[in-house]
Amino acid sequence: MNTQVTLSGWTLDNPVIPASGTFGYGYEFAEWYDINILGTFSFKGTTLEARFGNPTPRIAEAPGGMLNAVGLQNPGVRAVIREELPKLKRVFHKKVIANVSGFSVDEYARTCALLDREEQVGLLEVNISCPNVHGGGMAFGSSPEMATRVTKAVKAVTAKPVYMKLSPNAADIAAVARACEEAGADGVCLINTLLGMRIDPRTRRPILANTFGGLSGPCVFPVALRMVWQVYEAVSIPIIGMGGVSTAADVLEMLLAGATAVEVGAANLKNPYACRDIIRALPAEMARYGIENLTDIIGGAHHG
Amino acid sequence: MKKGLFTVMENVSVADRVLRMTLAGDASAIVRPGQFVNVEIEGLYLRRPISVCDWDAGKLVLIYKVVGAGTQKLSRLRPGAALDLLTGLGNGFDAGASGARPLLVGGGVGVPPLFALARRLVAAGKNPVAALGFNTAREAILVDDLRALGVETHVATLDGSMGTKGLVTDLFPTLGEITYFYACGPEPMLRAVENALPTDGEMSYEERMGCGFGACMGCSCQTKHGPKRVCKDGPVFKKGEVLS
Repeated sequence: MNTQVTLSGWTLDNPVIPASGTFGYGYEFAEWYDINILGTFSFKGTTLEARFGNPTPRIAEAPGGMLNAVGLQNPGVRAVIREELPKLKRVFHKKVIANVSGFSVDEYARTCALLDREEQVGLLEVNISCPNVHGGGMAFGSSPEMATRVTKAVKAVTAKPVYMKLSPNAADIAAVARACEEAGADGVCLINTLLGMRIDPRTRRPILANTFGGLSGPCVFPVALRMVWQVYEAVSIPIIGMGGVSTAADVLEMLLAGATAVEVGAANLKNPYACRDIIRALPAEMARYGIENLTDIIGGAHHG
Repeated sequence: MKKGLFTVMENVSVADRVLRMTLAGDASAIVRPGQFVNVEIEGLYLRRPISVCDWDAGKLVLIYKVVGAGTQKLSRLRPGAALDLLTGLGNGFDAGASGARPLLVGGGVGVPPLFALARRLVAAGKNPVAALGFNTAREAILVDDLRALGVETHVATLDGSMGTKGLVTDLFPTLGEITYFYACGPEPMLRAVENALPTDGEMSYEERMGCGFGACMGCSCQTKHGPKRVCKDGPVFKKGEVLS
């Protein structure tokens, strides 16, 4: 049985990738299990300068999931390269996905240019759900035009594969994906979290200090699957599917919808062993449905 | 840190909306008082972090207040029920810093983690003093238990129904010389305590958490030494370390 998948020439032992923001820079999870069993992982969203992020509370319960409004807390790309990557190297011997965020086209480009020199980075995952400070605060990922500008700017500064991470809060996510492909993106990742909120009846105020936060967890899985399906029909570059993936069965569904690999997010926070358990369960789940090679089923639900 | 199944042995009311749950299971990952467990609750997605009141290798005791949906579900569990716990989370108190006569300051359900600490301090030949604050006598917990350990325990209640009428800090002038302090309670209490006491000390903080083991940055706070995670770098921080 073969669980290998390939992203732009990079072959992963399996398609299971902890999602950015749920796995830190890796070593917290290395205290729970040997993280070298992972396909790879996507490290914490990194920006050019250090960010503390939003005030707390940043986390709230949701039916079948959770809300977060962390606000991209990170030490800044230079500190990541100087401190986090060397520390990671001691516990993780594969290449990693560098997740990059920015608040201007220039910031994306400068951050990616610095990460381009790091041999530990296998590909760049560019999160375009952030607001554009020069564009009235509208998210880069909300329009094909802005997505095009970020994609071109990043592609110009790196030789590494560039995967654009798409927001489900766009009017037409397939149109944004197409724009990324046309601008030279090597792949797309979807979905980022869905915007939501909770209110505490005792205080009569929003629970999150930021009022709104991103919804993730099993409750978003059908939405994510639908969007992966739509984007698969719209583009021919690889898709990393994510949104509520929690089991080996979810992995197969995501691949059948068109994903080449999957990211696992919220599940890691509920169960630190979530990705280990999915990887262990994958061969039996493949055998159950007569799947010999995982690559055989990518997009399989679209045919026949 | 460990993940494991525990069995509810006892889940009983000990004060108004406050319950004591005794769990049987492998508690070997817990190494210091002030650490917490993260409890998976059926029907809810996020685990709920609860400080450990006391433990030994095969057993742990949690004292919790029914506040929201999570603790409400917990309060309905009967003996024999199974719970999935992450144990040994957080840094815990540094019992070695106490000196001869440390002060334990607890507010409401901030008192439980101080109990395990008191037991260790007494066992180490120290002479801890406790100052506990509650809204009312009906919410008072662990007062007799601390006295049974031999800890000199003073109580303040807001309504005067037990001990001195007022705040926990109102007890301080009568306590005599102390060598160090350990505090756990609501944040306004922690701030008042750190301002009122001239000695060094440490305080346990509370925050809504995503994971409880340092991965998600859901519970970050600003400190003198930069951003820290309440769940992993804390929940116990040194006096003056956390910036408000």
